[in-house]
Amino acid sequence: MSVNAKTLDTNEYFYGHKACAGCGGSLAVRGALKVLGKNAVAVLPAGCMSAVGFNFPQLCFANNAIISTFAGTASMLTGIEAGMRRRGIKDFTAVGFAGDGGTADIGIQALSGAIDRNDNIIYICYDNEAYMNTGIQKSGLTPFGAKTTTTPAGQNIHGNIRPKKNMFEIVAAHDIPYAATATVGYMPDFLNKVEKASKIQGTKYIHVIAPCPTGWGIPVSDTIDSAREIVDCGLWYLAEYENGEFTLNKDPKTFTSVEEYLRKQARFKHLTDEDIQLIIDSRDAKWEKIRKNWKK
Amino acid sequence: MAEKFLSGDEAFAEGIRLACPEVISAYPITPQTIVVERLSEMVEDGSLDAEFIHVESEHSALSCAMGASATGVRAFTATSSQGLLYMAECLYYASGGRFPIVMMNANRSTALPWNIYGDQRDSLSQLDSGWIQAYAENAQEALDFALMSYYIAEHKTVSTPFMVNLDGFILTHTYEQVDVPTPEQAKAFLPPYETENRLDLDNPKNMAFSAGPDTNYIFKYKEHAGMLRSVPVITEAEKKFAEIFGRQYTGLIDTYLTEDADYILITLGTIAGLSREIADQLRSQGIKAGVLRIRYMRPFPTEEIADAVKNAKAIAVLEKDISFGNEGAVFTNVNSALKSQGVTAPTYNFIGGLGGRNISHTNIIDIFEKIRKGTERVNFIGIEVNQ
Repeated sequence: MSVNAKTLDTNEYFYGHKACAGCGGSLAVRGALKVLGKNAVAVLPAGCMSAVGFNFPQLCFANNAIISTFAGTASMLTGIEAGMRRRGIKDFTAVGFAGDGGTADIGIQALSGAIDRNDNIIYICYDNEAYMNTGIQKSGLTPFGAKTTTTPAGQNIHGNIRPKKNMFEIVAAHDIPYAATATVGYMPDFLNKVEKASKIQGTKYIHVIAPCPTGWGIPVSDTIDSAREIVDCGLWYLAEYENGEFTLNKDPKTFTSVEEYLRKQARFKHLTDEDIQLIIDSRDAKWEKIRKNWKK
Repeated sequence: MAEKFLSGDEAFAEGIRLACPEVISAYPITPQTIVVERLSEMVEDGSLDAEFIHVESEHSALSCAMGASATGVRAFTATSSQGLLYMAECLYYASGGRFPIVMMNANRSTALPWNIYGDQRDSLSQLDSGWIQAYAENAQEALDFALMSYYIAEHKTVSTPFMVNLDGFILTHTYEQVDVPTPEQAKAFLPPYETENRLDLDNPKNMAFSAGPDTNYIFKYKEHAGMLRSVPVITEAEKKFAEIFGRQYTGLIDTYLTEDADYILITLGTIAGLSREIADQLRSQGIKAGVLRIRYMRPFPTEEIADAVKNAKAIAVLEKDISFGNEGAVFTNVNSALKSQGVTAPTYNFIGGLGGRNISHTNIIDIFEKIRKGTERVNFIGIEVNQ
């Protein structure tokens, strides 16, 4: 690992913003920019990070940064990468930071197009598992069972009825040069993946779990713990896709308790034992495939 | 200069080659396709040194062009109809960001019902999007707009995106003799794009930000002021254009026999040609007819139109548009201009050509006939009773 607490850039590139206390998304952006440095040109669509970071005249990026349309993160990155290159600039990184809705829902078309063209960009999806900026509505990356303001938990329906869209493998299916999953709970792993991505030519995609205390219903001090537990209990995994192959970076011998992970979060507190068993079964089915098919 | 036999789309592509954009992002839609096909060929054969980016939608086409423009390079896109509507969000974004992108729009009907032929409901629905809007009448003017649009859009005092409209099929696909200037002439006319409104590694910027209630309207006012400042720049561009290319254009409007006309037909786009023929024919019968062609819908030629029609007895506005539940958008704009300038002659709206329906010789004679006698406020050509 070349990026660690000792080697990490002490300069700040994203500060003075008004993200909520405990915001996982702002941590992902802050950390990634420390890796990419001052020549990162960041594109952020409408969403939490643009809402908290670009309030004229309080502009919070020390590097070049621009808000794109909600659907246009990847397409604007494409234009910026092409434009910078046309200006003869070589030493820069075009990087996008889009939320789960901006990536898996409204922005998936542009992301797919950019990967198809193999544009030389890094696309980072900070996944807080719902449209948090607009007030916790369900996105395509909201997990099964989660209560959001548009998937209420009642007698008839127990929150969101569909599992998370599998963005990592959707992206990999494009035969992208590099894709990875990460979490802000394991920061060195995430930051090293950002660094690795910055050295690869073509399109790179990193999907980082970024808890939102407001939307998840956890104390603001629990962001990192939750972001670790989601991996430790097997509901998320740390992996990479490169040269046509999936690699699992962390293969826990035993998982921590899924129930414990879920019960700490207000968004899951309505789940029945049967609901939780469904989640565990789905986790086990996924891991069986991962362990069978992916390199370790 | 070289004489070539070109369609409107091809002529526009020639103009874009001369303007040397560095990034072209486009998505195909009939009847725009030929422009992007020709431009791809020019990039392939090396006669145009640009990045041609095959985007996945019109929304991405303009989003990508904005990204390129935000780095300070010249960007181009083209679309039509549904594509224009699909990118509508980006139209407002581009003008708000003051990105001087040029776009060719092949005017085409909007679904439903589906129809690929020409009318102007696509671009006229976007009058409020903050783009300069010009309407070409023929292939030569289309080519010339391609060059002049960048001059005007990129001018430091303007910094506003520019949409050049070509009537679908009637202009995009019709072949005419066109003077194609030399690259040297084009270079003498169009300066390189330089701006401080760009991402810059030496001087990092945060762009396309949010602005709350206290400051938001100031940005909107500045956007409005920038558009208005294009008026003198259009004059300046046309003067320089005439010096280099020998063709003098006439600003926001183009008038034909309006000075002493009793009856004036106001229209835009290709139908102006036939309208002028009818004016000649009516003049030979002793009826003082004239034609005013609007070249720019934004900025709108309020004073120019009022001044040109101030002595008319009656005025017709013929347009390929209808704002359902009201009247054509051009008519609304013209009436507002006349009212503000104290012109009181009666005005009548004629809606025609929707979905590419032919506007005939007889239809235009009939328009003049009707306004001489007085008619309904809003008339649909070919439909006698307004229903």
